[in-house]
Amino acid sequence: MNDTELSRKAFLLREQAAGLIYRGKSGHIGSDFSVMDILVTLFYLHLNVSPAQQTDPSRDRFILSKGHTAEALYCILCDKGFFPKEELETFCQFGSKYTGHPNKNINGVEINSGSLGHGLPVGVGMALAGRMQGQPYRVYVVMGDGELAEGSVWEGAMAASHFKLDNLIVIIDRNRLQISGTTESVMNPGDLRSRFESFGWQVWECPGNRIDALDQTISEAKASVGAPALVIANTIKGYGYSAAENQAKWHHKVPSEEEYQQILEELKERRAMIE
Amino acid sequence: MGNTGSVKQAYAEILAQLGKENEKIVAIDADLQACSLTDKFSDSFPDRHFNVGIAECNMVGIAAGMATCGKIPFVHSFAMFTAGRAYDQIRNSVVYPHLNVKVMGMYAGFTNGEDGPTHQCVEDLSLMRTIPGNVVLCPSDANETKQMVRAVAEYDGPCYIRMPRSATQTHTDIPGYQFEIGKGVELCDGKDVAIIATGIMVERAMQAAQLLKEEGICARVIDMHTIKPIDRQIILKAADETGAIVTTEDHNIIGGLGSAVAEVLAENRCVPFIRHGVKDAFGKSGKFEAVMELHGLTAQGIIACAKAVIAQK
Ligand SMILES: [Mg+2]
Repeated sequence: MNDTELSRKAFLLREQAAGLIYRGKSGHIGSDFSVMDILVTLFYLHLNVSPAQQTDPSRDRFILSKGHTAEALYCILCDKGFFPKEELETFCQFGSKYTGHPNKNINGVEINSGSLGHGLPVGVGMALAGRMQGQPYRVYVVMGDGELAEGSVWEGAMAASHFKLDNLIVIIDRNRLQISGTTESVMNPGDLRSRFESFGWQVWECPGNRIDALDQTISEAKASVGAPALVIANTIKGYGYSAAENQAKWHHKVPSEEEYQQILEELKERRAMIE
Repeated sequence: MGNTGSVKQAYAEILAQLGKENEKIVAIDADLQACSLTDKFSDSFPDRHFNVGIAECNMVGIAAGMATCGKIPFVHSFAMFTAGRAYDQIRNSVVYPHLNVKVMGMYAGFTNGEDGPTHQCVEDLSLMRTIPGNVVLCPSDANETKQMVRAVAEYDGPCYIRMPRSATQTHTDIPGYQFEIGKGVELCDGKDVAIIATGIMVERAMQAAQLLKEEGICARVIDMHTIKPIDRQIILKAADETGAIVTTEDHNIIGGLGSAVAEVLAENRCVPFIRHGVKDAFGKSGKFEAVMELHGLTAQGIIACAKAVIAQK
């Protein structure tokens, strides 16, 4: 699939994620819509993963450190054939294995996540194991920008450069919002590029809701030698549904029936506009 | 029986030996290899040892990541900084996904005497025991440590081991002794009272039993090296055969061995029962033995509890 087709797919997957949230009556729709293009770029253009490779030691490893965007991840894994759609429809229902945050009983999920600040250290461990075993895989970690206030993120960042993990790529979903407001007002992450550079990382930055830009930037980041790579993906929270765009209140909101219909309509329109 | 052996030295030896037998084993430190003595391991396997600096949460996260890739990581720091500081990583990134990570809580209880309360963890058993599915262990001597660590390496799943700093008398080098996770050990038989002990309190329980014997009181001593899963059978048998139970631990009486035994008794047997241990207090800075004395964690302390519980029969 080319970038245009994938951009359309990203809108279609947003429709599916919105459906899961609407029917499951729980989820993080603003964050799902923010991160969707990052996940689509990774899963359809970069990650060497598939249902047939789940126990292949050389497969790439993916960690959704911002585990609250589970719906976005589940829709992609489902689309890629990791599990059937009917199973996913149990999302957030009593007894479903498709929990509000990912767990590794779900095909395609490498590690339970959602306790923020956990993903990067786990990714460092996977990258070190890959090096020890002489495996060619890369480890991809997607973090939120609110999550950057967790101290363990910076412990992991320090370790990744200390061990020169150039098989580790982190992508930050930089939508500048978190539950209670802007990241700048809650706990200012400052100049992320210079902070990570001073930690010894190679840093790239790109528009985070454009598949072509993400694809090219991640390709460049993969070529990093001797240091871990960071991509700051500048996103819009709620991207694709204008009423939710840049609105912190849509971080964790279940749409009403009327809103849900509006969401579907707008996503269809946006999808049709892509040429 | 009766030899003194260093528990941490025994740990260092068995880890290095297991490293030879199983190349999946990895050792990770948070800059306290001088205490974990993992240099014995890293001298032989430098590529399988990592010092991640003073960052215990990161250390446990790294271990979780390695475990998903088939490694068997042993992580090391003081109990205060693994069970305490990295609790969330142990809970969410290790035990919840049931990963094969072995968490060592070194220098537990007051064995880290001079460092004072910031470094004396009397809550780790409680913290670790309440995580669903976690296995929680505490060796009583050098011999048991070696057998325990071997069993833990063979067990596929998360474990926490509470390790004392100090050397202890060796009690478990007896014929027929075989360590098994979840199976307590009757070290000496008795019919008047049962003293269920863990870790370094086993040594003191044995001394107490000896002294009680001189007074004509026959005490059974049980080495409860596994706090979870707790050995219900050995507890109920002791309740039935002695009719009076004392637990002893160098840990808060809230949440540790005493609580685990109380839970079994409360649901099954009505017998006189006393928890001996740290009475919900922080430690003090001082020589290990002095801090133990201050909290009554001595053979005399156990004897007083044994007599009190017998009097309730
Ligand atoms: Mg954000």
